[in-house]
Amino acid sequence: MKKSMSIGKMILYAILILYAVVTLIPFLWALSSSFKTLGEIVNGGISFIPKEFTFDNYKQIFIREELFTRWLFNSAFIAVVGTALNLIFNSMAGYALARLSFPGKKPLFIIILAVLMIPMQVTLVPNYLILKEFGWLNSYQGIIVPGMINATFIFMMRQFFINFPKEVEEAAEIDGLTRIGLFFRIVLPLAVPALSAQAIFVFMGFWNDFMRPLIIMTNAEMFTLPVGLNTFKGQYISYWNYIMAASMVFTLPVLILYGFFNRYFIKGISFTGGK
Amino acid sequence: MKRTISAKKWREIGQGYFFMSPTIFVLLLFILGPILYAIFLSFHKVELLGGTSYQFVGLDNYSRVFDDERAKIAVWNTFKYVIIVVPTQTFLAIVLAATLNAGLKGEKFFRIVYFLPTLTSSAVLTLIFMWMYNKEGLVNFMLDTLGLPTYNFLGDPQVALAAIMVMNIWSTAPFFMVIYLAALQGIPDSLYEAAELDGAGPIKKFWYITVPQLRPITSFVFIMGLIGTFQLFDQSYIFSAGSGGPDNSTLTVVLLIYQYAFKSMGTMGYAAALAFLLAIVILIATLLQRKFSKEESLY
Repeated sequence: MKKSMSIGKMILYAILILYAVVTLIPFLWALSSSFKTLGEIVNGGISFIPKEFTFDNYKQIFIREELFTRWLFNSAFIAVVGTALNLIFNSMAGYALARLSFPGKKPLFIIILAVLMIPMQVTLVPNYLILKEFGWLNSYQGIIVPGMINATFIFMMRQFFINFPKEVEEAAEIDGLTRIGLFFRIVLPLAVPALSAQAIFVFMGFWNDFMRPLIIMTNAEMFTLPVGLNTFKGQYISYWNYIMAASMVFTLPVLILYGFFNRYFIKGISFTGGK
Repeated sequence: MKRTISAKKWREIGQGYFFMSPTIFVLLLFILGPILYAIFLSFHKVELLGGTSYQFVGLDNYSRVFDDERAKIAVWNTFKYVIIVVPTQTFLAIVLAATLNAGLKGEKFFRIVYFLPTLTSSAVLTLIFMWMYNKEGLVNFMLDTLGLPTYNFLGDPQVALAAIMVMNIWSTAPFFMVIYLAALQGIPDSLYEAAELDGAGPIKKFWYITVPQLRPITSFVFIMGLIGTFQLFDQSYIFSAGSGGPDNSTLTVVLLIYQYAFKSMGTMGYAAALAFLLAIVILIATLLQRKFSKEESLY
């Protein structure tokens, strides 16, 4: 009996380790390639440890592609501002739907739920034409404004505020705070766990988005990093050492963010899964 | 007294709309408005020379799909992709979750490792895989070492789509694994204990307790998977530099919509019609899946 248990455990460990290796190989391969010389890349060796370890690729991407810093900035700016607006606006909407009564609340809520079901391809062409009409193509607001709310997270914040203790607000109301002051000074700071789960997902959504910037940003100066990377690949197609270095630079911020928000990340996924 | 109540009520209504105003603004301008606009576009031929001009063409944009050879190819590719990727990634996710949930040491480490693909952008993942799929790249080296045939993954129409499938199963399964992990916590231990008394081994327990208990979640994961796979774009676009090649083998419906909307002249209306057809297909697939899983759970 005991022996069969340990064999069972060994099999489980074997599965876990095997899949961990399968997951890690592409990342390790990319990381090691980013430290290899072009010569080693071209020769096509299969060593995970660079023969001649070099940081030069990381320098070269910033020198060869002058816009690389700009793309990094564009991506960061759009993701940070977009996330901040989402946090505020989704929470405001979630709060109103949970706590306030006003005419049209129910239909609004149903529309928000329905929006979750509509694939973004439907609004792709009309949104492009609308942004063009506004003169918002090749602008930050062209990406940020249409994306500054998110139906999934409005729904999540509504669930959060429904369970939020009313007493806190009542006490503050007696202290003479207006509803809006109350929301920003008392309610929002108490919602930090829910906001954190939201923040990492929204940030990743903006940071990793490929299709919308590809369509809206046609001017190379306004590219975000994923779009820039794709162009960069086109120009330096055999310089995989550069492409991998650029990819690593792009991946690092999200990994750091994940390091900080790890706990909330899992919570967020289980929410999107649990609804 | 009555007056103060109604004043309070009025204030609450004002506050309600104030709090909703950004949402209402975006909903009207970038979601509901565009949906109506998309319907309009799908019945028109749209020209973008200088200003935007529309010419009413009735149902032409919709009937055109049936004569469009590339649309047929795109639908077939997308269909193959959905049929293979969705079940595989769901199965992989459930197996990984059950294994991780077995209470082994180091679970946290494995969880963090498995998460990496979920965090990485589709653009970066596609580039990494293209580098591995290179003719003399890592994948071919490993195949060769194992005595298996090697392929020109990026250039051979026979294998290009399969290469994208493998990559995407690899990158999405861990996301669904996390959803399963959360659900696994909810299965009562007593069920497993009872099965153990009946002499069930781990595989039996997995098939007869874990899988049926997770059925509602599986249904959700399936629908999410369907919606995601039907919309495959980034990977195909980067893989083929926007063309859907080699020989249309990585052309997906959304890539085709993109090409008609932004890369060729006068076909924006047609692209809008294609997008509607895609939305309808996704909706039907979702409803079917829902109905199917509901009927199953009755027995």
